[in-house]
Amino acid sequence: MTLATGTTRLAVVQDEPSPAMSGGPADPILVVDHLTMRFGGLTAVGDLSFKVGRGDITALIGPNGAGKTTVFNCITGFYKPTEGMIRLRQQGGETYLLERLPGHDVNRLAGVARTFQNIRLFPQMTVLENLLVAMHKPLMRASGFSLAGILGLPGYRRAQAEAIAKAAAWIERIGLTHRADEPAGDLPYGDQRRLEIARAMCTDPVLLCLDEPAAGLNPRESADLNTLLRMIRDEYGTSVLLIEHDMSVVMQISDRIVVLDYGIKIADGTPDEIRNDTRVIAAYLGVDDDEVAAVEAEVGLAGTSAGTSAGTSA
Amino acid sequence: MATGSTIGAVAPTVGRRSGAAFAEMLKDSALFALVTLGLGIPVVAYRTDLGQGTGLELTGRWGLVAALCLAMFVLRLGQRLLLGEVGRRREAHRLATLDAVPVVARAGRVLGPLTLAVALTLPLLATFGAGGLSEGRYWIDLGILILTYVMLGWGLNIVVGLAGLLDLGYVAFYAVGAYSYALLSTVFGLSFWICLPLAGLFAAAFGVLLGFPVLRLRGDYLAIVTLAFGEIIRLVLINWVDFSGGAAGISSIPRASFFGIPFTAGEGGFAGTFGLTFSPMHRIIFLYYLILALALITNLVTLRMRRLPLGRAWEALREDEIACRSLGIDTTMTKLTAFALGAMFAGFAGSFFAVRQGFVSPESFNFLESAIILAIVVLGGMGSQIGVAVAAIVMVGAPELLRNLTFLKAVFGEGFDPNEYRLLLFGLAMVCMMVWRPRGLISERTPSVRLGNRAA
Repeated sequence: MTLATGTTRLAVVQDEPSPAMSGGPADPILVVDHLTMRFGGLTAVGDLSFKVGRGDITALIGPNGAGKTTVFNCITGFYKPTEGMIRLRQQGGETYLLERLPGHDVNRLAGVARTFQNIRLFPQMTVLENLLVAMHKPLMRASGFSLAGILGLPGYRRAQAEAIAKAAAWIERIGLTHRADEPAGDLPYGDQRRLEIARAMCTDPVLLCLDEPAAGLNPRESADLNTLLRMIRDEYGTSVLLIEHDMSVVMQISDRIVVLDYGIKIADGTPDEIRNDTRVIAAYLGVDDDEVAAVEAEVGLAGTSAGTSAGTSA
Repeated sequence: MATGSTIGAVAPTVGRRSGAAFAEMLKDSALFALVTLGLGIPVVAYRTDLGQGTGLELTGRWGLVAALCLAMFVLRLGQRLLLGEVGRRREAHRLATLDAVPVVARAGRVLGPLTLAVALTLPLLATFGAGGLSEGRYWIDLGILILTYVMLGWGLNIVVGLAGLLDLGYVAFYAVGAYSYALLSTVFGLSFWICLPLAGLFAAAFGVLLGFPVLRLRGDYLAIVTLAFGEIIRLVLINWVDFSGGAAGISSIPRASFFGIPFTAGEGGFAGTFGLTFSPMHRIIFLYYLILALALITNLVTLRMRRLPLGRAWEALREDEIACRSLGIDTTMTKLTAFALGAMFAGFAGSFFAVRQGFVSPESFNFLESAIILAIVVLGGMGSQIGVAVAAIVMVGAPELLRNLTFLKAVFGEGFDPNEYRLLLFGLAMVCMMVWRPRGLISERTPSVRLGNRAA
């Protein structure tokens, strides 16, 4: 039954003229074009196209198993997509096809940083060291690929002092100055989440991909996270793409939301549009499209518009 | 400092609680006294004596019962107080050890220079201790042996301790270094000082060669492939007779010279040039300082590398490879550099081994050597330089010590050879380590850099 509705949705999307190009932000930093990822017979992501606007916070949402993390892994070079193109255009006009870059170059050259659903810090290394590892590229160059560093030349010492200053600024920003020299693995969960974001930011990314940054946070920490993400967008001009289940985060800070279900895009728009989209509600509540109106009434969602769109989709 | 506040928080509760606890102790002791009374009444209170006639005469001993009850009360109270004190001490000790990490670090800080001082003055100590240059030879030879393993341990520590790549075939690079010197010097007549860097380079090249195919492997799989690589090198050395002399090995390898001055008697020799009386010990002492210098270079480079981005990337790689990749670190290159650098130091050590022995054969590079070097690294505490040095002293020095325990013959009989129980004792030591210090002798990791902002 659900599978059938899935295919209907696909048909609806394909009926529109050139879905990847229509609508969306005018100056996208990232264009995902007809992305398909198959694992054997399973299509985790099917013909997905969306854009991430420059300087926007874009949220990728969807029920469990919708293929969000798969999309992330494709964008950040951990998976090679079966089909499709992922184009990143930097401010200066350099364009990278992310699906063709080797894993580490997605960060090193294209400037895409990410965090992980299960936090992946370097647990035995200190908070400061975690951030310094993220500045590998500039420090490596300054240390003459270790040769100048072994000899203790002043150029490297200067670069390291700068890197430490930058790391210290980030540590201050996430409120961990008093624990900077402690192993990262000893920090509480919320601090680890923030540290992982700070570490990703230390690579000077143009696009920051966050995989469920609010998972496991309490409401207060979620609010702090909102502030941090807004700050990243406004002060650094870094575009943010995030996967999130916590709607209080998604609805408050997103400039744009893309909704996935069964690996297929079912909606794409501003938070207000998404909030009233019947297909999204159906996907989240797990009901058929024609039952949406009834369920909406039940949960107290007003909706003349929702009612009509439910009618068209059915 | 967190512990300090914990103690602070605990202390008042202890004070408040002690009154109630004492009352509880009194009650408990009273209960004991009551039980004594209950037992005392039928057993102690009346003594039965044979009277004049056939009847028994009862003598009341209530005073004794009272004394017993009182004694029991006091004893119990004393016991409780004592136990409480012991428990409190133990608790305080536990809390103190939580705070004792700086103490361990301080001990490490003292241990390092102390070991270094002993290492630097060992020839002197041995000469005066044994009462003569030649008599001290045993100790200096032992020092050379230990330092060789210290150097190998430090080299392997880069691969296993820092980069977290389990290498069971490290001895292969040691062999490459040894055969490099042996062949270059016997075939081309190159001097030791030219061969030393070449041997390092060859070993590093072999490290890269091994690194490439195994880059995708991790953990157990990597260990198996490196183990096989070690065996391949050994079997090639045995079977390629034209190249390596086969199982017979290569003998009469030229000895090291003092930067061109040979250690020979007569004109132009080391003793002659410096106006000393000739002694074969000069060469031994020179070799000792040579391996000490090589080991210290290994240590210095490793310590420096830890503070460089590449060294931090090694450690990060050990912690989480996927996170490394997401931060733009080329994991392939990072692993290869770790393999190459570790192998290079093994190559140096190998060429030292060849120049010291004057003879190399595949026998010297079997799996047991790899296992011992790895055991040194693991026992020392992965990534800890001083730990590795201590472990090398224990692992290599202890069997020598065992050889000298002749008094055991008096206990176990004439046929007893303590050295035969070497591996048994190793096994026992390993088990003890796994129980008490599962992360090695020195398991605390020193951060490579500090923000220095220690205020809470």
